[in-house]
Amino acid sequence: MGKIIALVDGSIYSESVCDHAAWVAKSKGWSVDIVHVIGRRDESADPRNLSGNIGLGARTALLNELAELDAQKARLAQKRGRAILEDAVARATAEGVEAHARLRMGDLVETLREMEADADLVIVGKRGEAADFAKMHLGSNVERVARSTTRPMLVASRAFQPVKKLLVAFDGGTPALKAVDHIARSELFAGLKLHLLTVGTDTTETKRGIEGAAALLKGAGYEVTTEIVAGEPDKVIADRAEAHDFDLLIMGAYGHSRIRNLFIGSTTTEMIRSCKVPVLLFR
Amino acid sequence: MSPDFLSRMRGDWLGNIRGDLLSGLVVALALIPEAIAFSIIAGVDPKIGLYASFSIAVVTAIAGGRPGMISAATAATAVLMVTLVRDYGLQYLLATTVLAGLLQIAAGFLKLGSVMRFVSRSVMTGFVNALAILIFMAQLPELIGVPWLTYVMVAGGLAIIYLFPYVTTALPSPLVCIVVLTALALLTGMDLRTVGDMGELPDTLPMFLIPDIPLTYETLQIILPYAAAVAAVGLLESLMTAQIVDDLTDTKSDKNQECIGQGLANTATGFIGGMAGCAMIGQSMINVKSGGRGRLSCFAAGVFLLILIVVLGDIVSVIPMAALVAIMIMVSVGTFSWSSIVNLRDHPRSSSIVMLATVIMTVYTHNLAMGVLTGVLLSGIFFAGKIAQLFRVTSSLSEDGLTRTYHVEGQLFFASADDFAAAFDFNEVLERVVIDVTRAHIWDISSVAALDMAVLKFRRDGAEVEIIGLNAASETIVDRLAEHDKPGAMDRLMGH
Repeated sequence: MGKIIALVDGSIYSESVCDHAAWVAKSKGWSVDIVHVIGRRDESADPRNLSGNIGLGARTALLNELAELDAQKARLAQKRGRAILEDAVARATAEGVEAHARLRMGDLVETLREMEADADLVIVGKRGEAADFAKMHLGSNVERVARSTTRPMLVASRAFQPVKKLLVAFDGGTPALKAVDHIARSELFAGLKLHLLTVGTDTTETKRGIEGAAALLKGAGYEVTTEIVAGEPDKVIADRAEAHDFDLLIMGAYGHSRIRNLFIGSTTTEMIRSCKVPVLLFR
Repeated sequence: MSPDFLSRMRGDWLGNIRGDLLSGLVVALALIPEAIAFSIIAGVDPKIGLYASFSIAVVTAIAGGRPGMISAATAATAVLMVTLVRDYGLQYLLATTVLAGLLQIAAGFLKLGSVMRFVSRSVMTGFVNALAILIFMAQLPELIGVPWLTYVMVAGGLAIIYLFPYVTTALPSPLVCIVVLTALALLTGMDLRTVGDMGELPDTLPMFLIPDIPLTYETLQIILPYAAAVAAVGLLESLMTAQIVDDLTDTKSDKNQECIGQGLANTATGFIGGMAGCAMIGQSMINVKSGGRGRLSCFAAGVFLLILIVVLGDIVSVIPMAALVAIMIMVSVGTFSWSSIVNLRDHPRSSSIVMLATVIMTVYTHNLAMGVLTGVLLSGIFFAGKIAQLFRVTSSLSEDGLTRTYHVEGQLFFASADDFAAAFDFNEVLERVVIDVTRAHIWDISSVAALDMAVLKFRRDGAEVEIIGLNAASETIVDRLAEHDKPGAMDRLMGH
C-alpha cells in the first residue's frame, strides 16, 4: 500500500493540501501521513534588553531566562501543531481516507528526508502562513522541499479543483519522460484529456520526442493533443495553463545546472510561482 | 553551493535583521571602551585595538562558525603581548598577529576543535576567573597614585552602570556612564587623565600594510612563541564562547570552521595594523541578551564601531580614563564566575585544585596559555590517579601450599604499575606461581614492564611462573592495535 506525505501548517493552503491528498489517496487506495513540522525557533519576539551590562551570575540567569521563554513558546507551538493536525486528519478522514498525524520538530527539509523513504508522493502548499502578505511569491519552504525531495511532489494551489484537463510540460529530459511514463501507468488520471506541450524550436528531434511521448500515452488510452511553441518556457506554459483552463500541470523537476539556478533561478521555481494551478513534479 | 547552504546563509545573515542591527549597535558601543582599554593593556595606541576590533568582527562574522558570537580585540590576547611590545615594538606585534592567524587556520584544517574535549570544566572556570582577574589588575595603574577625584568618578561610573538598567533597559548603561562622566569632566574642568593621553586615536579608515620586520629565522624565533600562545588562547576562548552561545541559543555551531574564521580574521587584522583578538565571552553574552542571533550582529558591531570612531574620534579622546576603568571593572566582575567560589566547598578537591592552579599560574605568568596548560596537565594527572585506584590483586594458596595464584583485576598503567608490583609477596617460598590477568586491562608499556619484573623476581626465587589471560589483557594496549576503530572493540576491551 502506498503512502502520501501531506505537509500542513496553519495557513489557508493546508485545507487544499488535505483535499489534494484525499483525492489522490482515494483513487489509489493509499494512506496519508499528515505532517506538521515545528520549525526552528523564531527569535524575533525575544524581550529586548539593550542595557549592555553583565552582572553577577549573568550567564546562568540569562540561560534560565532564555530557556524559560523557549519552553513557553515550544508548548504553544506544540498545542497549535496538534490542533492543526487534528483538523487536517478530520478533514481527510471525512473523505474516507486513512490518515495519520505526525508532529515533528526540527528543520522541514531534514524531517522530510527522514520520512520520505517509504512515501510515493509528497504534497505541499504553494505558500505558507505569510501567504497574504506576498502574493505571487512562493513560500520559502516550497522551493527547499522541491529541490531536496526525491519523490514525486504535488504543489497544491489555494483551493482544490476536480482535475479534468492535464497540461504536461515536456522538454524531452529524463524527469519529463518519467512523468509521461508515470501518467501512462497511472489510474489517477484515467480518462482525462492530456495536452503535451514542448517549448522550444520546432526541430525534427523535438518533434520525434513529443510524438513518441504522445504515442505512449495514446496507447494507455488517453486522449492526447501535442504542441510545440517557441518562447520562454515559464511564460508560455503559464499562459497556456491559464487560457485553456487546465486543472493540473505536470512537469519534470529541476534541471542540472546548479550554478545557473543560483543566479537565474530555475524554470521549475518560476513555473510553480506563476501557474495558478497545482503542479505535479517528477524527478 | 547547495540550496541548503544558501538558505542557511540567508538565515544566518538575514534571519533576524532588526534584532541583529540593534544588538550590533549596543555591542559596538560597548566595544569602544574595551578595545581602547585592551590596547592600553598591551601597551599600544588605542587605534591598534580599535582597527583590530573592526576587522576581527567583520571577518569572523563572514568566515566564523558561530553566528551571533562577537569577536574582537580581547584582554586574553592583549595580556600575552605586553612583553613583546615592550621589547620589540609594534611591528613585531603585527607580524605575530599574522602568524597566530595562520596557526589558527592550520588548527582549523587539522580539526583541532575537538581537542577541546581535554579541557575540563574546572580548567574553563579557572580560565574565565583568571581572565577576570587579569582585566581587573590591568586597571590598577589607573587607580593607584591618582587624584582622589578619580576614585569618585570611578565609583560614580560603576553606580551608573549597575543602577541605570533599573531606569530603562533601552539604552546601554556603559554608554550612559561614558556620556555622563565625560560631560562632568568637561564642565568642571577637572584635571583627569583622558583616552587622548593614552596614545593616538584613529582618524582615517585602516589601510593595508605589511609588517615592517626582517624576514629572518631570528625574527621567527622571537615571534613564534608569542604567536603560538596567542593562537592557543584565542582558540580556547573562542571555542569556549561558541559553546556558551550554543547553550544560550540552543543551536549548533561548527567549531572547526570557527577556528578557521578566527585565523582568517587575525591574519587580515595583522595586515591592517591591528592586534590579535578572539571571541569575547562578555560581549557575546551582551549580544545574545540584546537579541542578536545572526552573523549580521557581529558584522554590524564591527561596522558601527568603525563609523563611530572615525566620526567621533575627537569626542573619544576626551573621555576620562575613569569611565573606561569603571566599565572594565564591570566587565571583569561579569566575567568572573562567582559561583565557583561557593562551589569550592562542594566540588571534589581535585577539581578545585585544578581550577585554582589554572588561576594562580595565569596570574603569575600573565599568560592564559600557561594557565590552561597547567590545568589540563593537572586534570590529566588527577584523572590518572583516580583510575589507578581501580585495580586490585587477590591471591589464593593451593591445598599443598606449593602454588599461589594471583588474580589481577582492573586497570594497569603507568600510574598503577608501582602498586601492582608491590602487591606480590616475593618472600613466600613457592614452587609455582600463577598470575591470572584475565580480568585486568594492560594499557601501556609501564604495566607490561612491571609484570615482566614480577615474573623475573619469582623465577629468581626458584618458582615456575605461569601467566593466564595475557592476550586478552594486553588487547588494551590500544595504541598498538588501534583497537578502538574496529567494530565490537568496546565489547572486547571491557568484556573480558
